[in-house]
Amino acid sequence: MALIRWQRPETARWDPFRQLSTLRNEIDRLFEEPFSAPGEGMQPFMSGWSPALDVFEDKDNVFVKAELPGMKKEEIEISLHGDVLTLSGERKEEQKYHEGEIHRSERFVGKFQRTITLPTPVEVDKVKASYKDGILTVTLPKSEEAKPKQIPVKAS
Amino acid sequence: MKAVAQRDNEQARRESQGAERRYLAPDVNIFETKDEYILEAEMPGVPKDGVEITLEGNVLTLVGHRSDQTPGGEAVYRESRPLDCRRVFELDPAIDAQKINARVDQGVLTLTLPKAERVKPRKIAVTD
Repeated sequence: MALIRWQRPETARWDPFRQLSTLRNEIDRLFEEPFSAPGEGMQPFMSGWSPALDVFEDKDNVFVKAELPGMKKEEIEISLHGDVLTLSGERKEEQKYHEGEIHRSERFVGKFQRTITLPTPVEVDKVKASYKDGILTVTLPKSEEAKPKQIPVKAS
Repeated sequence: MKAVAQRDNEQARRESQGAERRYLAPDVNIFETKDEYILEAEMPGVPKDGVEITLEGNVLTLVGHRSDQTPGGEAVYRESRPLDCRRVFELDPAIDAQKINARVDQGVLTLTLPKAERVKPRKIAVTD
């Protein structure tokens, strides 16, 4: 299963050329400052929200679980193209934060997108999703041809 | 005045190593308004009855026990860490410990920590 935890740092305005030139600058900087803290120069690419995903599988279903604390269920988008499942959404910054003084701000705000290739074909029409305690669970029933079959051995 | 201060990291690390269990430190936001502090901690997979809040002196400990949310079958890929959450804070003495309020909504614990009456800014009218 091809599955890489990958995320665009800013899903909003994706400008590949701007990204490229920044990446180039970062690489140049890495060579210029060989003793800088590892990863520090790459910070802009590492930032963003990449919720943890788990995939489970039994005989009949594939389950995809994502940790998305503090969302509204309307803010979560699930789409399926063939065997590629995409989870995306946005957590908006709340107005209340502007009314006070911020002492700590560790929770991610903004957009996320995770894409995974499912291990088997699924029944697109029967996909279900639930959201409880900040965890999204997508249940994807396997299509008939993907289910394991018993082949009886006949004695001749 | 110093806000809800987090305990020294080194100390926190030593504590979690000393304990038998390992914990995840949840991401938190803390902000302050005129009357109160608001603390939000991300605890995905922790139901309302899985949250344990203890206050000893002015040390506030937040623990979140995850409910088992294995949907079924075998895990074929896993990024989440099936650990409980724990984080310790030292409270501003100005907080009125009697009035701390907590609620959990979709994996986010929100604590409201009101400031004691005596430290709130007060307007004093000038009399003749």
